[in-house]
Amino acid sequence: MTDLLTPVLTANWADDRAWTLDAYTARGGYRGLEKALTMDPDAIIEEVKDAGLRGRGGAGFPTGMKWGFIPQDNPNPKYLVVNADESEPGTCKDIPLMMANPHVLVEGVIIASRAIRAHTAFIYVRGEVLHVIRRLRAAVREAYAAGHLGRDIHGTGYDLDLIVHAGAGAYICGEETALLDSLEGRRGQPRLRPPFPAVAGLYASPTVVNNVESVASVPGIIAGGADWFASMGTEKSKGHGIFSLSGHVAKPGQYEAPLGITLRQLIELGGGMRPGSELKFWTPGGSSTPLLTAEHLDVPLDFEGVGAAGSMLGTRALQIFDQTTSVVRCVLRWTEFYKHESCGKCTPCREGTWWLVQTLRRIDEGQGRPGDIELLLDLCDNILGRSFCALGDGATSPITSAIQYFREEFEAGMTTPSRDLFPPAASTLFAKEGAR
Amino acid sequence: MTVTEPNPTDTTPVELVTLTIDDVEVSVPKGTLVIRAAELIGTEIPRFCDHPLLAPVGACRQCLVEIPDAGNGRGMPKPQASCTIEVAPGMVVRTQVTSPVAEKAQEGMLEFLLANHPLDCPVCDKGGECPLQNQSLSHGASESRFIETKRLFPKPLPLSSNVLLDRERCVLCQRCTRFQSEIAGDPFIALLERGAQQQIGIAPDVPFGSYFSGNTIQICPVGALTSADYRFRSRPFDLISVPSVSEHDACGSAIRVDHRRGKVMRRLAGDDPEVNEEWITDKDRFAFTWSRQADRLTTPLVRNPATGELEPTSWPGALAVAARGLAAAAGKAVLTGGRLTVEDAYAYAKFARVALGTNNIDFRARPTSKEETEFLAAKVAGTPVDVTFADLERATAVVLVGLEPEDEAGTLFLRLRKASRQGVQVFALGTHTTRGLTKMNGTLVPTVPGQEAAALAELAVSPGTIILAGERLATIPGALSAVATKATESGARWAWVPRRAGDRSALDAGCLPNLLPGARPVASAEARADAAADWGVPSLPDEVGLDTDAIIAAAASGELGALVVAGVDVDDLADPALARDALRSVDFLVSLEVRASAVTALADVVLPVAPPVEKAGTFINWEGRQRPFHQVLIDAPALTDVRVLAGIAEELGRPIGIRTTAEAAAEWRELGPWDGKRIVFRGRKPAAAKTAAGKVVAGRVVLDTWKQLIDGGRLQDGADFLRQTAREPVLRASEATLTACGVQPGQRATLTGPSGSASFIAEAAFMPEGVVWAPTNSGVHLGAALGVAHGGRVSLTGGER
Repeated sequence: MTDLLTPVLTANWADDRAWTLDAYTARGGYRGLEKALTMDPDAIIEEVKDAGLRGRGGAGFPTGMKWGFIPQDNPNPKYLVVNADESEPGTCKDIPLMMANPHVLVEGVIIASRAIRAHTAFIYVRGEVLHVIRRLRAAVREAYAAGHLGRDIHGTGYDLDLIVHAGAGAYICGEETALLDSLEGRRGQPRLRPPFPAVAGLYASPTVVNNVESVASVPGIIAGGADWFASMGTEKSKGHGIFSLSGHVAKPGQYEAPLGITLRQLIELGGGMRPGSELKFWTPGGSSTPLLTAEHLDVPLDFEGVGAAGSMLGTRALQIFDQTTSVVRCVLRWTEFYKHESCGKCTPCREGTWWLVQTLRRIDEGQGRPGDIELLLDLCDNILGRSFCALGDGATSPITSAIQYFREEFEAGMTTPSRDLFPPAASTLFAKEGAR
Repeated sequence: MTVTEPNPTDTTPVELVTLTIDDVEVSVPKGTLVIRAAELIGTEIPRFCDHPLLAPVGACRQCLVEIPDAGNGRGMPKPQASCTIEVAPGMVVRTQVTSPVAEKAQEGMLEFLLANHPLDCPVCDKGGECPLQNQSLSHGASESRFIETKRLFPKPLPLSSNVLLDRERCVLCQRCTRFQSEIAGDPFIALLERGAQQQIGIAPDVPFGSYFSGNTIQICPVGALTSADYRFRSRPFDLISVPSVSEHDACGSAIRVDHRRGKVMRRLAGDDPEVNEEWITDKDRFAFTWSRQADRLTTPLVRNPATGELEPTSWPGALAVAARGLAAAAGKAVLTGGRLTVEDAYAYAKFARVALGTNNIDFRARPTSKEETEFLAAKVAGTPVDVTFADLERATAVVLVGLEPEDEAGTLFLRLRKASRQGVQVFALGTHTTRGLTKMNGTLVPTVPGQEAAALAELAVSPGTIILAGERLATIPGALSAVATKATESGARWAWVPRRAGDRSALDAGCLPNLLPGARPVASAEARADAAADWGVPSLPDEVGLDTDAIIAAAASGELGALVVAGVDVDDLADPALARDALRSVDFLVSLEVRASAVTALADVVLPVAPPVEKAGTFINWEGRQRPFHQVLIDAPALTDVRVLAGIAEELGRPIGIRTTAEAAAEWRELGPWDGKRIVFRGRKPAAAKTAAGKVVAGRVVLDTWKQLIDGGRLQDGADFLRQTAREPVLRASEATLTACGVQPGQRATLTGPSGSASFIAEAAFMPEGVVWAPTNSGVHLGAALGVAHGGRVSLTGGER
């Protein structure tokens, strides 16, 4: 069963002091960099294109193509910005990756920067994870000391500075243009596009914004070759990815596997559902991706497969909920998150999430009114595709998909509080009185 | 006409793009936004954040449309904000008119906006003129489905003494913050918090110190920003709106005056793309109560010889007394001040020549010079419009000499800032980098007052440059000559930017000792004959008259028997003490004024005249552009200056032939500009650089000063909220100069001149040595207090005297 796993980024997590340069190098770390420093920058981009690496932050845009968009004739400096503002409910892959294996990210940053000819790179980490920021900074320090960063890297004449920047605790700053504004010291709100970051990003200069896992996958591609990477995964979704299993499974955690693995296989890897549990619904990629049910257990978890099932692969944050869970309460919690994190820039997201929470709260309390379900769906319709950025769209996904699969639970909310139908204590992951 | 309107100079053909909106094909200039292309076919897409003069932001999402074909054969999957999308050839757009999706999106957006918006329209200032109200009616649902709790905030939050914020009404369109950062360059207000708690706010320790803050009230599409002055005062549908022109500076900014039952309730910016676009200064907006202060003159007053007191008299009686006194006097002169319309100024010009038989007339209520008199007569008076507001945007560089636009010509400043954001370089010859210059991204050419001519001569100027010369250059020997020389040498263009709304009008109307209306030289027999023929008089006085300074001197020494003085503030004159002497010494003093003043206090006859709001007329702005305006308060009984002068002239038996503004305007136009030989400007050499320039000599320094926009000026009386936003008066000098004079930065320092002293908090600035800057009329009028004007020498000492 475990041969389904393809640990690459996670391979060294159990090593002693895996996060140190010595441990990382001992396992063959920075070999990708060594090779990349001998390669022409365009050849690096080609290699990544050939590997078929697609963005691991959720949208799945081909990474090599993104790098290729950087106009090299633009006289401004080029920048690489790593989006490490992982904040989506359920998503928990980048934080442990940076905690356990920061050097793979640093190595990826150096290779990617060289490919796009950037001499300054940034890692924008969400501010709450101070322990991760410390690890990253320590790793960067070590990399400078080892000559992997700084002036004239290993005598190649290539210069690169890497700055680890702490965010200030806003989900919106995971949106790439809001991240750039925040990085520039402004209020983090998404920017109008065009111009796109590739043309005018950080400080109005060509900028690549990549997810942590995307960049961390690059050293492997360079060291192991595009063919090795492309040998994993499915036709259009190649390579390995970290699947974050959480919720009502026996062994939640990070499972690195080829794209295209199914939830059934992953739950088996995770020791099955917790005793007595039965899968009720799950998210394929964090709370912004429409939830799925047990009928989707065999959907291949790649960009196309999940899309065909009516959801999105997203960040592969598989939140597993069993029959004890109130979908109304669950959706209310997520919507409260979106209301709390809405940046306020555009009307539908700002006002819509405020309204949705109040309506959902009513249903959760068993005080729903006739027409509330239609109201929720219509409000979602007025938000989806109308908001400034994808945050607003994401806020509607759990609601519309929950009503699609569990409409009767919302109808029950007209009369009965969710706490009566689904006592919260039963859903508690480690509670004794959990499902039996 | 003396002045011709500018022709559109840019005749390059515009590249057109053809697209289809709601099945209607329309061609619009490339780069047009879809929302404005739709307006051209008569479809108004609802919007809140969009503003034609602000950069697109796409925040409110109200203007969503469907774009089934972006011009490349592919449709856009989601509805698009039409305020952020540029037209493309072959693009197909469906607005709410033909697209149910767009219609629903817009209706949904309005419902969202109203979810947290209070329903206090009946008490909201904006009610009745509110884009949210209007668009809810035209594009919204009749009922809201929102039955939950609205977001609440304590209200109102004062952003400044002028501008109050009701946060729960705010739809967070960011027009105000965008205006402040993009247009005014004063980003004192910003978004705070997030989500539904997002709000406009201000730093607790930095006041909203913008001269243009009132524009945010006007562009707010809801009633979130209100004017402290106007709040709860009236309903828009009870107001009568009249387009007018601001009387506060030489920009000729278009305004809208709203009045009710004979009382002006508020003023708004007018929309004039050629002049002020849609922006005005806070002074233009809030300073309008000056003409209804308690000291407003309502009846003629004649001094009772027995008691020495001014007593109310009938108009016929007062006019007769005035005429008698003037007829009896030996020498006569007229000081008109700089606030007259061209019609009134023309009446003064004609009155002086025809009724009083003198060329002793001058509009300059400030220090002057022979050089300036000749310069204005030769180079400025009656010239057609040359440099315009729009030209500033097309210049390669703009050089400011003796001019601080942010304080002295606010909308000119805004246009210069706009130009600078488009790449026009701004240079200022001055003593220090002012906040205004910083906001124009300008470069200071450090210049000690008095050395402007030399500094300008040394400056490398390209042919595409525009030089803007301020009125302070009048007393700097050689400075105006240097402007003329530099322009000729370099091919640069230039303009003279006076401070007052009526300065240019009076100049063109002939209120100058060497000039008849239409720039006719007094010294030219031909020109005199031309004017005399038109006026139906046998001849006109042929001797060039006295200028302001000479009139004051002559009156003080008893050489003049009578003075006719219009709107002149004595403190503004070169020597206020001498001017007071002059007014006292003269046998007979006639004052035409709106409000009681230092002049009326000494006058023998006081004749009340109408302020701009109570009369029609035309200002000529710094461009030379005519800015006509209607009478706003039509039932006001006050007489115009024309009418009063006509009355005196008739009593004198030497009628001026015009009684109304319309008659004055018609006659002035008919007389037209002089097409004969103009006065020749001979130019002056700059004063030899004094060795003392740029040094502190025995505690004495050179004074650099100008009037700040919001200060002690009488035209701001009654605008108390406005006055509270005035900048803190400080004195600035270099650290070395302060030290040399024993002044601690942050402590009080005192300037002393022949008339006395004035003290300010001292501030160290990067300035040439031996120079001090202080505001002319902020708390204390330096002219009166020190007896020193711009460029003079004062003593600087620490502490307060």
